[in-house]
Amino acid sequence: MAFENLTEKLSRIFKKLRGQARLTESNMDDMLKEIRIALLEADVNYKVVKEFIANIKEKAIGQDVLTKLNPSQMITKIVHDELEELLGGGENEIQYQNNRPTVILLVGLQGSGKTTSAGKLAYLMKNKLHKKVLLAAGDVYRPAAIDQLKQIADSIDVPVFSKGTNVSPVQIAIEAKKEAFNEHYDVLIIDTAGRIAIDEALMNELSEIKKEVSPDEILLLVDAMSGQDAVNVANAFNDLLALTGVIMSKLDGDARGGAALSIRHMTGVPIKFSGIGEKVSDLDIFHADRMADRILGMGDVMTLVEKAQEEIDEKEARRQANKMMSGKFDLDDMLSQMKQVQKMGSLGGLLKLMPGMPKITPEQQAYAEKEMKNFEIIINSMTFEERHNPEIFQYSRKIRVAKGSGKQVSDVNRVLKKYESMKEMMKKMEQYKKSGKLPPGMGGLGGFGGF
Amino acid sequence: MGLISFLKEKFSKKKTEDTDSYTEGMAKSRQNFSNKLNSLSKKYKKVNQEYFEELEEILIESDVGVKLTLRIIDEVLEESKKKKISDAEEINEIVIDHMFEGYMEKGDSLTEVRFVNDGPTVLLVVGVNGVGKTTTIAKLAKRYLDKGKSVLLVAADTFRAGATEQLQIWADRLGIELVKGEYNSDPSSVAYDGMAKAKKDNIDLVIVDVSGRLQTKQYLMDELAKLNRVIAKVIPEAPHETFLIIDATTGQNGVVQAKAFAEVTKLTGVVITKMDGTSKGGIILAIRDELGVPVRFIGLGEKMDDLKEFDLESYIYGLCVEK
Repeated sequence: MAFENLTEKLSRIFKKLRGQARLTESNMDDMLKEIRIALLEADVNYKVVKEFIANIKEKAIGQDVLTKLNPSQMITKIVHDELEELLGGGENEIQYQNNRPTVILLVGLQGSGKTTSAGKLAYLMKNKLHKKVLLAAGDVYRPAAIDQLKQIADSIDVPVFSKGTNVSPVQIAIEAKKEAFNEHYDVLIIDTAGRIAIDEALMNELSEIKKEVSPDEILLLVDAMSGQDAVNVANAFNDLLALTGVIMSKLDGDARGGAALSIRHMTGVPIKFSGIGEKVSDLDIFHADRMADRILGMGDVMTLVEKAQEEIDEKEARRQANKMMSGKFDLDDMLSQMKQVQKMGSLGGLLKLMPGMPKITPEQQAYAEKEMKNFEIIINSMTFEERHNPEIFQYSRKIRVAKGSGKQVSDVNRVLKKYESMKEMMKKMEQYKKSGKLPPGMGGLGGFGGF
Repeated sequence: MGLISFLKEKFSKKKTEDTDSYTEGMAKSRQNFSNKLNSLSKKYKKVNQEYFEELEEILIESDVGVKLTLRIIDEVLEESKKKKISDAEEINEIVIDHMFEGYMEKGDSLTEVRFVNDGPTVLLVVGVNGVGKTTTIAKLAKRYLDKGKSVLLVAADTFRAGATEQLQIWADRLGIELVKGEYNSDPSSVAYDGMAKAKKDNIDLVIVDVSGRLQTKQYLMDELAKLNRVIAKVIPEAPHETFLIIDATTGQNGVVQAKAFAEVTKLTGVVITKMDGTSKGGIILAIRDELGVPVRFIGLGEKMDDLKEFDLESYIYGLCVEK
């Protein structure tokens, strides 16, 4: 990890200050310095950091340290709460119209992720909210921007309103709105062209679109990787268009996304969505508490839990649970369990979401992921009988499987060993079940440990 | 003599077309940086605690990064004490010196693509989504076409919707060939085809567009490693160059990106795009400081010819000297 976890830094500082029951100016100084650096490294705007730190100081001084928390936990809590309060608030949900299409205009700089997000928004509204959505291709300048939107739209089965590249974006927006009204769409999402920086031509075009179609929502795309300038960009767009919301894109990288805080603080515009991956389903409603964790570098437990809930195939999980409980567990079951875990995304990504896990190096993560793949290859090289009755494995069978999968006999042995230990765990679980208690660490994701 | 005085003198005698592109393209960045620095020296005739606090603000707001900023300030403080300088204007010059001395000391300052003597030279272009990778590839292709080289493009970004189409449009405009595969097909097989074709047609420069990837995605990074292996199978020693494209507005994550890419592929250069925006571009200093990779080209405008060789002196002149 690039940055030492802020929580760790703070507790290190506070080791020397053990036993102090009050937060005072002097014992807070070092900690505030670390918090300041953490925020700046997360690309929070300098001025915002300054005000923020002053606020924290004011709030924290003289506070009694709650009995159960040490001072570093205490200050982290204050910082976290303050961040959450700043990030959240405001009307952060889309207001849908009842008897006419809701018109959404997407604006932003080049490369901020407008076209991709247009597709993701359409997907979210269509599949989760069951809206009838129309996309309008208003980026007539960037080569292949319309193709890109069409490809995405095709994949999610949403129609695109396009007039090619020879019609002005304003005209396209007007006609798309007409189409949306005539065909009784619930939502119209208008993709627009980006520019390298705020320039007059772009701004004129956007304000004209605004004047002509009076959108219900004007959402600004902000790249989570943006640096100190993000806040100026947001200000410029907001002054001209009166934004109704912000979408943070590319939050699936390791950018800490401090821009979210700066923009919220400086413009007051609420953050409504965040882009969390490359797939079209990877757009999420913005969660202030999680963003606060992220800016501070503290992991994101809730997202992990929700991701796990969404991605794990319920039926398959239940089938397996029953099988486990009945004490029958074979190599096919092990493989399908592993696949369930894989569905949730890369193991590394998952581990990163968990607090207290920074000790796993990228190399270890990559190793674990590779191992999973090898297991799959090896198990796929076995016969039906072998997979369901691993007990029949003898040396000759192992050699055959090793050859068939292009691996070593020792690799095959590792699979079998893993199988044995998982089976052992299942047995224990059954015993625990009989005694009415779950063994520690076996709730929820039980059985996936050890990879 | 400080860097600034030196450059003022140098460029007063001889300005090139490129110098003008720099001063023009960086007008907005200059407003942000140099004007602030100047008003700082006007506000504080003599330096004091507040001067350094405001200096810190200016540097951090230029995306130079906290670590480097604190170090520059320490160095400047020390030098000003040693030389007993307290005049703010003079100190400003020392600040500039320390900002860029680091860059000059950290390794070589190559710009143009280094061509191999024999067979095709392979240039891999990597970068996260949305930094202007495809456009930069087109600009690089044009640059070397103009220099009389034969150029082949390879669309190994088979993932992003519209990526291949965008590159195809550029290839058509430039009148060069593009090797491509099906949407979502294996990028390595596209790269393989591209290398084979380059060899057969005796192409001078092959530019490979790699899917914009977030460096945190292990499988994408693995794919990049595989791409490198496949390319080397057809053309040993290739890829000869790997450029990381970075948007000038990128914040401190730019350093994290560069580090991650450097781990899986031998990064030989950085190309900065969109420098003509309001961007601060301080990230190039942070990256150089951490990795020593040189900036090879810089995008100073939207026109095809606005991709310039990176020239540190013109850059500093464009960033710091009052118009």
